[in-house]
Amino acid sequence: MNPVKFRETKIVLKNIHRPHSRRLKTYLKAGGYQALKKVLKGMNPQGVIKEVERSRLVGRGGAAFPTGLKWEFAREAKDIPKYVVCNADEGEPGTFKDKQILEKDPHLLLEGMAICGYAIGARQGNIYIRGEYFQAYRILKEAVKEAEEKGFLGKNILGEDFSFSISLYRGAGAYVCGEETALLDSLEGKKGQSRVKPPFPAFEGFQNKPTVLNNVETLANIPDIILKGAQWFLKIGSQKTPGTKIYCLSGDIQRPGYYELPTGIKLKRLLIDYGKGVKGELKAILPGGVSSSFLTRKDLSVALDWPSVAKRGSQLGSGAIIILNDTHCMVDIARRCAQFFAYESCGKCSPCREGTKRTRELLTNITLGRGELSDLELLCELQEVMYDTSRCGLGQAALNAVRSAILKFRDEFEEHIRERRCRFGICPLGKESS
Amino acid sequence: MINLTIDNQRLRVPEGTTIFEAARKVGIDIPHLCYHEELSIYGACRICVVEVEGMPRLEASCSTPVEEGMRVKTNTSRVRRARKMNIELLLANHPEDCIICNRSQVCELYKLAHDIGVRELKFEKGRKYHYEPDLSSPAIIRDPNKCILCSRCIRVCLEIQAVGVIDFVNRGGKTQVLTAFNKGLNNVECTTCGQCILTCPTGALRGQSAVDEVWEALSHPRKFTVVQPAPAIRGTIGEEFGMKPGSLVSKRLAAALRRLGFDKVFDINFGADLTATEEAHELLERITQKGTLPMFTSCCPAWIKYLEHFYPELIPHLSTCKSPQQMAGAVTKTYYAQKAGLNPRDIFVVSIMPCTAKKFELKRPEMRDSGFQDEDASLTTRELTRMLREVGIDLARIDEEEFDSPLGIYSGAGAIFGVTGGLTEAALRTAYEVATGKRLKNVEFKEVRGFKGIREAEIELNGTKVKVAIAHGLANASLLAEEVKKGNSPYHFIEIMACPGGCVGGGGQPLPTTREVREKRGLSLYREDKRLTLRRAHKNPAVIALYKEYLGKPLSKKAHHLLHTTYTRRSRY
Ligand SMILES: Cc1cc2nc3c(=O)[nH]c(=O)nc-3n(C[C@H](O)[C@H](O)[C@H](O)COP(=O)(O)O)c2cc1C
Ligand code: SF4
Ligand code: SF4
Ligand code: SF4
Ligand code: FES
Repeated sequence: MNPVKFRETKIVLKNIHRPHSRRLKTYLKAGGYQALKKVLKGMNPQGVIKEVERSRLVGRGGAAFPTGLKWEFAREAKDIPKYVVCNADEGEPGTFKDKQILEKDPHLLLEGMAICGYAIGARQGNIYIRGEYFQAYRILKEAVKEAEEKGFLGKNILGEDFSFSISLYRGAGAYVCGEETALLDSLEGKKGQSRVKPPFPAFEGFQNKPTVLNNVETLANIPDIILKGAQWFLKIGSQKTPGTKIYCLSGDIQRPGYYELPTGIKLKRLLIDYGKGVKGELKAILPGGVSSSFLTRKDLSVALDWPSVAKRGSQLGSGAIIILNDTHCMVDIARRCAQFFAYESCGKCSPCREGTKRTRELLTNITLGRGELSDLELLCELQEVMYDTSRCGLGQAALNAVRSAILKFRDEFEEHIRERRCRFGICPLGKESS
Repeated sequence: MINLTIDNQRLRVPEGTTIFEAARKVGIDIPHLCYHEELSIYGACRICVVEVEGMPRLEASCSTPVEEGMRVKTNTSRVRRARKMNIELLLANHPEDCIICNRSQVCELYKLAHDIGVRELKFEKGRKYHYEPDLSSPAIIRDPNKCILCSRCIRVCLEIQAVGVIDFVNRGGKTQVLTAFNKGLNNVECTTCGQCILTCPTGALRGQSAVDEVWEALSHPRKFTVVQPAPAIRGTIGEEFGMKPGSLVSKRLAAALRRLGFDKVFDINFGADLTATEEAHELLERITQKGTLPMFTSCCPAWIKYLEHFYPELIPHLSTCKSPQQMAGAVTKTYYAQKAGLNPRDIFVVSIMPCTAKKFELKRPEMRDSGFQDEDASLTTRELTRMLREVGIDLARIDEEEFDSPLGIYSGAGAIFGVTGGLTEAALRTAYEVATGKRLKNVEFKEVRGFKGIREAEIELNGTKVKVAIAHGLANASLLAEEVKKGNSPYHFIEIMACPGGCVGGGGQPLPTTREVREKRGLSLYREDKRLTLRRAHKNPAVIALYKEYLGKPLSKKAHHLLHTTYTRRSRY
């Protein structure tokens, strides 16, 4: 790895190696709040949005929706007040990227949010922070205070006719609250459950007012896009979805961790150059956390950007890359994924609430030696219906891992069912407990 | 206007219409469960899904607005498979005891599963839950095991009734509909109105039953059984025997009740005439003697309980008149017992009610002025149906008979008590004639009729302009109560019925009770009034005789003792 080049490709993690990177002083020294200044002194809101649109930045929270377009919807919406909401719920198992920005470079996020507020005409921003991220909450609180004291947040920022404040909220530990509409309900003090869409948050979001809801990493890209320009951004990473992405490597990998790299880097290169190789024999990869579909060794050449991963029948999502080696039983792994979703389903819509419950049951039965071959077809059909009819992304994606495990590792499932055997000795089978 | 096609039919609908509503316009009733036309959109059962060209997934038609050029398919194999599987998933959690379920034959889940062609239970190895039913309420039973979590009860309780005592608790597969801290319906502000029962698509909600108790009384050798159907029953129970909504079956009902073995078939309509008379006098007294105004009506026990919980400070505004059921009960066990030479101890009084709240009302400690529990049991329209069906009495084929004298004699004023505005009209007929001493030329107060949620009218009574308001549905009622609380209510008299449409839409009525059905039922009661020559409550000869022989005059001491009551302040939880 060429260390110089490596640093050059960094956007959202560019400051974190600096001592006291979380302090305003450090941030300012590194050129912080210059983008906000540029915006306030010389750009109109449309200009800001045009720049973001031209950069082709897409959301880093999972759905890869074009950020500029989202902002434009909210800017055009007639109703006021408008809001910026930052999704810092980071709940997808295997994701720990936003945490780095929140804890090590909080001002980068605050600056991104303020620019967004200016662009869409919002005076208020809210950050919804994962409940377990107490440290991040503390640091953000300090950062907001610093920024207010120095006039980067609050009334008449930098002496201009723009006021913007940021409030912090802590989640209570529900995965579904990372889903944008459930997050908004939770933010409003209600039970975190998805809303009917449409209306989309850009039109009716927080308190039913136009709201831009963006992921931490997405917003952290904004200052550099403004400062260095969309043209610069377009030169990094893959063409369709340029820029960098923080990939979180976990599981059976020599060097787990987070790596900010240009989008489109080959999976193989990520595993070998950065992850320093798989521990043991590579068996399966979840490129977008447990809500994505399994890739296998055959997919090592895939470029890590959203369209390319989608072409392989999986999802890059938030870039939580989980590596499994050949010591794992795929039936057991599928059951664990199912367990997660059964636990985290909000329980509002019938396909997800009942479907996740039955999936967990069917898979548990298979691991107990009580499965039937027809269960596999039933699960695949269930995945299709849940994808087709669930109300929010949680249920739509809940069976991706299960179905792809069945399709790609069918022999293991059949072995459990026909021979009541787990070649890894992991599943309890015959034993009467689960 | 928006142009779209649904199953290749072109249509134009106003902007904001949902796909579901648009489909109805071309005769397609998209299968659905959580959708309810009188409630907000919930979009969670995912049965109503359709294919929309260009969309990656199926869309819930109930929550998706139409868009220009949209091409919708409602019956592709993808759609049908998804609906079927979602029903199968719901059934996997559902007890398979349809044959002994209270909802058999009128269960929406059952019908839907059948219509959609579910013929095998796909997830039959699944675990069913065994929750404890909530039996705490004297009126409503909630059986969470049959609940499919459609939220219709939650929405009706909150949106139509402004009560909001049930909501979802827990998450995922453990989700349940419960009262706060699982205290049970009897221990929260539930008004026992039963609207949740009417909106539930399954057997998860039902009324407490008095059927066994009534059969037992009927077969008891010493009990003298008296039955009194409420005004609304004759315009609704026909539906249970294959008649169209709005069919009137007054005299057949009398015959059927007699066949069941009741010793006397009296009528709550008589009690309603008595209530109208007392209440009209009370209103005039409050107006002339500067009593507390506006006066709220007090016939509806769910409304009473609602006020006691949510507006206890407004108790002085409630008319002290008992409801027709309770007046009739008290009079039966005193005046009638004496007249017929019966020991009131042996009299068992049964009312047939459109209402679940009546079960609560008759057990109130205030309702024992005869020296006994004034009314012994109350059956809903649905429970009476069950009794009639059990023994094969077919209301559609039985010959007509008359009600018994004297407490079965009634006027058209009593008859219209069962529809929103009817009580007001009845009271106005009497109040006008009593106040002015003149005979009303036209007894029909058309201005108080109709089904708008809140209505108002002004009537001149002897120089005083009397302003009346009428509300049905407790959310509407709460708007009027708020005004009274703030002290800026312009009215003298406010009629409240907790159930939409009044008692014709009561929580004990036949299923389905929809807006359209309620209105047809309501109009049938106006037909009953029109058919009668006696249309003024205070001219009912049985009422006149009662005052002459027993009570003296309206609002007399004795009348106060038997026909009026007091209320209880209740708290919020
Ligand atoms: C079940 C579920 C969980 C999600 N969790 C998160 C999360 O933790 N953080 C996040 O940024 N986005 C999450 N998302 C995606 C958000 O709904 C939303 O698309 C995103 O925050 C939008 O921001 P972006 O456009 O900047 O990516 C989740 C989505 C679903 C369906
Ligand atoms: S898909 Fe799951 S999490 Fe989303 S609304 Fe439905 S039940 Fe809730
Ligand atoms: S009976 Fe009425 S008040 Fe009670 S829960 Fe049902 S709808 Fe709500
Ligand atoms: S009790 Fe009935 S109406 Fe209420 S959520 Fe359950 S099924 Fe729906
Ligand atoms: S009827 Fe549309 S989701 Fe339930």
